[in-house]
Amino acid sequence: MGQDSKIRVLIAKPGLDGHERGAHVVAYGLRDEGFEVIYTGLRQTPEQIVSAAVQEDVDVIGLSILSGAHLSLTKKVMEGLKAKGANDVLVTVGGIIPEEDKKTLEEMGVAGVFTSGSKIKDIAALIRTKLGKNA
Amino acid sequence: MEEKLALMIEAARKSNERALAKLISHVEDRKPGWKDIMKAIYAETGRTCVIGVTGSPGAGKSSLVGEFAKQLGDMGYTIGIIAVDPSSPFSGGAVLGDRIRMRDISTYKNIFIRSMATRGMLGGLCQAARDVVRIMDFAGRDIVIIETVGVGQDEIEVVSASDYVVLVTYPGGGDSVQAIKAGVMEIADIFVVNKCDRGGADVIVSEISAMLDLSTETTEEIPPVIKVSAFTKEGIDKLMEILSEFIQKKNEGSHYQKEHIRQEVMSILETEMVTLIKEKISSNGNMEKELKLILSGKSDPYSVADELIKRFAVIKNPKQKRKGDFQ
Repeated sequence: MGQDSKIRVLIAKPGLDGHERGAHVVAYGLRDEGFEVIYTGLRQTPEQIVSAAVQEDVDVIGLSILSGAHLSLTKKVMEGLKAKGANDVLVTVGGIIPEEDKKTLEEMGVAGVFTSGSKIKDIAALIRTKLGKNA
Repeated sequence: MEEKLALMIEAARKSNERALAKLISHVEDRKPGWKDIMKAIYAETGRTCVIGVTGSPGAGKSSLVGEFAKQLGDMGYTIGIIAVDPSSPFSGGAVLGDRIRMRDISTYKNIFIRSMATRGMLGGLCQAARDVVRIMDFAGRDIVIIETVGVGQDEIEVVSASDYVVLVTYPGGGDSVQAIKAGVMEIADIFVVNKCDRGGADVIVSEISAMLDLSTETTEEIPPVIKVSAFTKEGIDKLMEILSEFIQKKNEGSHYQKEHIRQEVMSILETEMVTLIKEKISSNGNMEKELKLILSGKSDPYSVADELIKRFAVIKNPKQKRKGDFQ
């Protein structure tokens, strides 16, 4: 069997910005792509995000950051995952990300960076390709 | 069993969070070997107290679960929470948002929260949830709380998976007593009227109490009806008192046990039988021939269903000895 296997995604907003619209759009878009999306709401600490990712056994984390603190917040999440032995979880970042920071994020191990104008289909396609899952 | 699975089970037994989470996924996804996992852990389960929380959408189930899980956690219990939300019938995807209301406890060391989508199961509770309860039980959780999707009037599946059922309602939700009249009304061990900070809660409390008084069953205890506010924390103490009593009683043994097992076997059977018949049908021409007969007026859905049952679910000539049987 195994046909019930779904791609599970955690959409999380670390840090203090309150701009939730982008996270909502991505969460609902990925639901329509057939993913199971866990949304944890505003102002999460990296610790809370890592804990949720482990307990929910997600395949992917989508961090939505519009505060400008994307480098330090993403780094903390990546370190937290590693400490829990969960560094096989795919991490993507979305929000307002300057072009020159994209490379830094990718060097940290981020699988994809999606700024405004990104298409849901592209996000879903990248996730499916990287996971090698067609669910 | 595969060595990988055996190692996962071993780690989950020691309460390793990641192993527990992986084990849950394996069983929820019905991956090969899932039943072996369940068989292997079964003997070491049955210790946990399962509290089902149900009620209409927006009643405040998640907030309340977050609140009493926190309090039970502070008392020193280890807790597992299963929060179920609906899957989309169109895409099969889901947005699982119960964790938003449980943020305060998301990093508690002794609380493990798992969101689940219904994946096409009705009744406010998916079949796999029962298995997840058992896995959490195996991993040493003292208490497992199941939060169902928002239910209507007769989705009562939760009762067969729980030792106790908490029904959450609230004032101002239309005629909220109407919504809990039949079915769910009869399965609750405690009625919680949430959002009592908003006013109108007393009316709901008395309406529910009046309805419970109509019961002709004189031997059964009348379940308590209390008003609380997950927001202002009013009434939470009283709720905790009652829950603690439940947990204590469960430790003395549950009278539902045998009935629960019966329902569980039936439920597994139903799923397995349907899967089996579906597989047979799809590998035997996918009903095309029969559908044509119905469309051309030569048969009807009832006769076709009867015929398919005869073909795929009834063992022919059971008395006849098969090749290889002992003489």
